[in-house]
Amino acid sequence: MKTILTKDEIERVLSRIALEIIEVNKGTEDICLIGIQRGGVHLARRIAEKIEQAEGVKVPVGSLDISFYRDDLSIRKEHPVVRKTEIPFDITDKKVILIDDVLFTGRSIRAALDALMDMGRPAEIQLAVLIDRGHRELPICAQYIGRSVPTSRDENIEVNLREEGLEDRVVIIKKK
Amino acid sequence: MKHLLGIRDLSTEDIQRILQTAGSFKDVLKRDIKKVPTLRGKTVVNLFFEPSTRTRTSFELAEKRMSMDVLNFSVPASAVVKGESLLDTIRTIESYEIDYMVIRHQSSGVPHLIAKHTKASVINAGDGINEHPTQALLDAFTILEKKGRIAGLKIVIVGDILHSRVARSNIFCLSKLGAKLRLIGPPTLLPPALKEAFLIDDIEVFYRMEEGLEDVDVVMMLRIQRERQGKGFFPSEGEYFKLWGLTEERLRLARPDVIVMHPGPMNRGIEISSEVADGPSSVILDQVTNGIAIRMAILYLLGNQREIR
Repeated sequence: MKTILTKDEIERVLSRIALEIIEVNKGTEDICLIGIQRGGVHLARRIAEKIEQAEGVKVPVGSLDISFYRDDLSIRKEHPVVRKTEIPFDITDKKVILIDDVLFTGRSIRAALDALMDMGRPAEIQLAVLIDRGHRELPICAQYIGRSVPTSRDENIEVNLREEGLEDRVVIIKKK
Repeated sequence: MKHLLGIRDLSTEDIQRILQTAGSFKDVLKRDIKKVPTLRGKTVVNLFFEPSTRTRTSFELAEKRMSMDVLNFSVPASAVVKGESLLDTIRTIESYEIDYMVIRHQSSGVPHLIAKHTKASVINAGDGINEHPTQALLDAFTILEKKGRIAGLKIVIVGDILHSRVARSNIFCLSKLGAKLRLIGPPTLLPPALKEAFLIDDIEVFYRMEEGLEDVDVVMMLRIQRERQGKGFFPSEGEYFKLWGLTEERLRLARPDVIVMHPGPMNRGIEISSEVADGPSSVILDQVTNGIAIRMAILYLLGNQREIR
């Protein structure tokens, strides 16, 4: 087990991502944050707080469960537990910043994009991730990356967050 | 879970998982695009050996919302009338590489029999006087939505308990979820032996509406199955309404925030008055909407129990 990001580093990385989002979008107009269940939802809320600290604006935050859009349902033993999709605002014509904890094959993001398209027609979708671990199987890339970490396929990235009752930390673990 | 044959076989956790998943599908139904690609490429056949409009259309809509390919097989149009045996029919359908079979049959136990002879997931859409599990689940979902809880609620089921698969499934479901159950009906349709048959100790049985309705949170009315009557279970429909019909006056005995449910189709003026059916306590149309979300959740959760090839 090796630590990739400590508690303080996670804070700094999220602050940087928040500022980059403001910079790229020239402010916060029409922006909304949507986190992918579960890790992405916590990160989205934290980034929204940091945007508020910097700009004094509350940006809308939503959560997205991608179970119904996954492409691996027919090869999984059991269907995943469905968590809450809560997007209490219209995403049409908005700049959606999609947020996930780890970017790996890109298949979750593909599912999330399909789910968002069924909810409205955003002006734009951007992607922010805490960790990019490589091994993409689809042509997907993130605009905002906390840390790029080269990994092998027999390793796992674990993102521990205080919202789940754990100490903030990102570690890399060898699969048994 | 591979099949959904009855509530009796489900654990409380299974039921809660279905109800929770249905909540997510209800959100999908509120969107502009009320469809998800989850079961794209899967095929379902709806086998209705007994006439049904609402259950069949509810299943069909749920299946289409899940992006499934839907085949409807109803008896008058099928080979069954030409004398084909039940299992031959199933084998023929099986050859189409079907993933799910939704079965309604006038005889109890038919879905269970079919489940033994098919690789598909079988969903019981009502079998004889045995069970109607999806109805009970959508009822529980509706109560949960309106009341926020089921445990501890006083829920009364009124009417022809003897012939009602809806009542049986609801009794299993609501007692597993911790409700305080009551039954009201004419003694002929609510024989004492029935209570023992459920193996649930704390069901209260009443024969008079005025006693059983007092202080309840939920009233579930059952349909008087006119096609099964004419055997002298009660003197006349008029007399039934007089003694066991749900009227506004009787409903006032219940809690002020009582909700009234009915699985449909209703016999107005026999088991329920129009004032109650269309009144502020009625959640009958919510039940219909919720039926789609519950059936989507069941299709999703049964979705993948096949061996991975």
